[in-house]
Amino acid sequence: MEASQTAVNGAASATASQLLVDRSHRETIGQQFVENPRMTCRNVDVYYGDKRAINNVTLDIGSNEVIAMIGPSGCGKSTFLRCLNRMNDYIDICRVEGEIRLDGQNIYSGEVDVVPLRAMIGMVFQKPNPFPKSIYDNIAYGPKIHGLVATKSETDEVVETSLKKAGLWEEVKDRLDQPGTGLSGGQQQRLCIARTIAVNPEVILMDEPCSALDPIATSVIEDLIDELREQYTIAIVTHSMQQASRVSQRTAYFHLGDLIEVGTTDQIFTRPGHQLTEDYITGRFG
Amino acid sequence: MSDSTINAPASLAAMPSKRTIDVVNAGLAKRYRAEKRFRIYGVTAIILSLCFLTLLFVDIISKGYTAFWQTKVRIDVHLDPEVLQGENLQTADYPGLVKKSIRNLFPDVQGRKDRRLLNGIVSSGAAFQIRDLVTANPDRIGSTVQLWVPADDDVDMLMKGHMPRDVPEDERRLNDKQLAWIDQLQREGRLQKTFNRILFTVGDSREPELAGIMGAVMGSVYTLLITLVLSFPIGVATAVYLEEFAPKNPWTDLVEVNINNLAAVPSIVFGLLGLAVFLNFFGLPRSAPLVGGLVLTLMTLPTIIIASRAALKAVPPSVREAALGIGASKTQMVTHHVLPLALPGMLTGTIIGMAQALGETAPLLMIGMVAFIVDIPGGFTDPSTVLPVQIYLWADSPERAFVEKTSAAIMVLLAFLMTMNALAVFLRKRFERRW
Repeated sequence: MEASQTAVNGAASATASQLLVDRSHRETIGQQFVENPRMTCRNVDVYYGDKRAINNVTLDIGSNEVIAMIGPSGCGKSTFLRCLNRMNDYIDICRVEGEIRLDGQNIYSGEVDVVPLRAMIGMVFQKPNPFPKSIYDNIAYGPKIHGLVATKSETDEVVETSLKKAGLWEEVKDRLDQPGTGLSGGQQQRLCIARTIAVNPEVILMDEPCSALDPIATSVIEDLIDELREQYTIAIVTHSMQQASRVSQRTAYFHLGDLIEVGTTDQIFTRPGHQLTEDYITGRFG
Repeated sequence: MSDSTINAPASLAAMPSKRTIDVVNAGLAKRYRAEKRFRIYGVTAIILSLCFLTLLFVDIISKGYTAFWQTKVRIDVHLDPEVLQGENLQTADYPGLVKKSIRNLFPDVQGRKDRRLLNGIVSSGAAFQIRDLVTANPDRIGSTVQLWVPADDDVDMLMKGHMPRDVPEDERRLNDKQLAWIDQLQREGRLQKTFNRILFTVGDSREPELAGIMGAVMGSVYTLLITLVLSFPIGVATAVYLEEFAPKNPWTDLVEVNINNLAAVPSIVFGLLGLAVFLNFFGLPRSAPLVGGLVLTLMTLPTIIIASRAALKAVPPSVREAALGIGASKTQMVTHHVLPLALPGMLTGTIIGMAQALGETAPLLMIGMVAFIVDIPGGFTDPSTVLPVQIYLWADSPERAFVEKTSAAIMVLLAFLMTMNALAVFLRKRFERRW
């Protein structure tokens, strides 16, 4: 409720100074492109069977930035996020059209193998999903299957640095052999983040990483995201507008499969350019 | 019931003055009654099934427990060196030795007919027992040995109280003379009931007192080994492929439908298939555990496949996503994460299938495992029978003494089954992972 309060304040000052784009306008407005992008998406359409879930999305994701994707439920933001590392491949009826490039390489082209792709683009899911194995094995699994570590000492080192980066080392260093599923929700989610960064990816996708967590665990993870930005590019889907405004530099607003507006987080929350964006951030729906 | 639930909101709307809590309270007693009724149904069902189970066990055990004891007669056998000469130790006249020892116990019995009756008190297995003793210790030839040999099954039945003494002589299998001899033996302490080792160490026999289930047990063990070794890997591999890798198209749908159909095919049809394919086409040996195992594999596979697929389906998608999300290939995802989690369920399905296979009779009749086989099978191609078929054969035998043997064999089969199930529970507990 505090959320809509701040959002309303921000929007109120914005509406006075600027004319909003009409609700019926479905072309993306704002700054879709950045200099030196890490990922570029061009005219991406996603279909579930005959139903089109994502409609002509064009968006750049810059290096070392946190881009937040917001929008009401069912707007396609999670679907779009999962396209970025081809997690939709295993849904039989799902079909992706258009172009998504990572460092210039089209990830949907025939030559690209999903295994190395997912090593480059890691993912953290909505519900913490550690493997039912020990904390150590949870972290070590990724580096092991990709052959990043050869010896026990190398593995130990990766486990330690990953847990340190995820801010979990101090809490679990004495019980690495205990099951990861025995940790608290927030710790589990940080374990999942540590598991993702153990593979040393370039981009980390986060699908509502804090939706199952309490405010304290959420704030720990948000601080973590801020630190991780120095090394990684992060795309995060969130339902919480405060979270988007706290952690991200750019924000993309999705509505019913359309990318409505992209801009710096500051601009989206203070001076939205589109009537739908304004409706959403002021709490009129969503 | 449904009427009242539908009417409740309507009456609520009609009478806005009535508070929800009053309506709820009014219906509460009825709700609790329904709940209580439902619980009573459940408890009744459980008690009823427990009663039947107890009845079954009491019946089998009361009929069969006596089979674990056997009446033995002590005889003094003189290992006559004249009868037991060097080379022909295997074929010497051992029955003659037995007859002589019995005659020595009752010197006053005369006449051919009476002597034959007298000889009938001791089982024909006594001769084999002496033969085995002599072949093992040839140095004892010439001495007199005291031996406990199995009594005839009629004597055994009398001793166990399965044969009434107070009926007219011609309705009894033992006449008054024989009863007198038996009483005399008992007075002299020459009759004793001991643990029936024969039952657990030898194969089938026409003589109830010499019949054992070891042949059938080994036959079952070999058959089930073949079944397990073939059906578990094939079943799991099929389930994994269909569930995790196969594309969803009409072909895989057809395969799936047919697997479900196969699970419902009567087992005797699999027996006919085995007869036509394994025996007649491939020329595999008749009555062999190998063929029995192959037939039971066909029968068990659908059960294992269906249970394994259910176990794979039950693995939460979050585990798959987690593995794929850090770049595991599909095979790595399945072998490292999905299979270990699905294994307990797969094992349960396998054990259910194996228990079915253990109790199966009909298909094995078709491939000749119903033959009368005395030897204990030593391998997968030796002719043999299995426990349920042995039960069927014994239940079909006219001798009174086979009644208790049948029940004893059923007890052994049940013990086998319970051991398998206990093993399954143990394995499941070991492989189960806590979330």
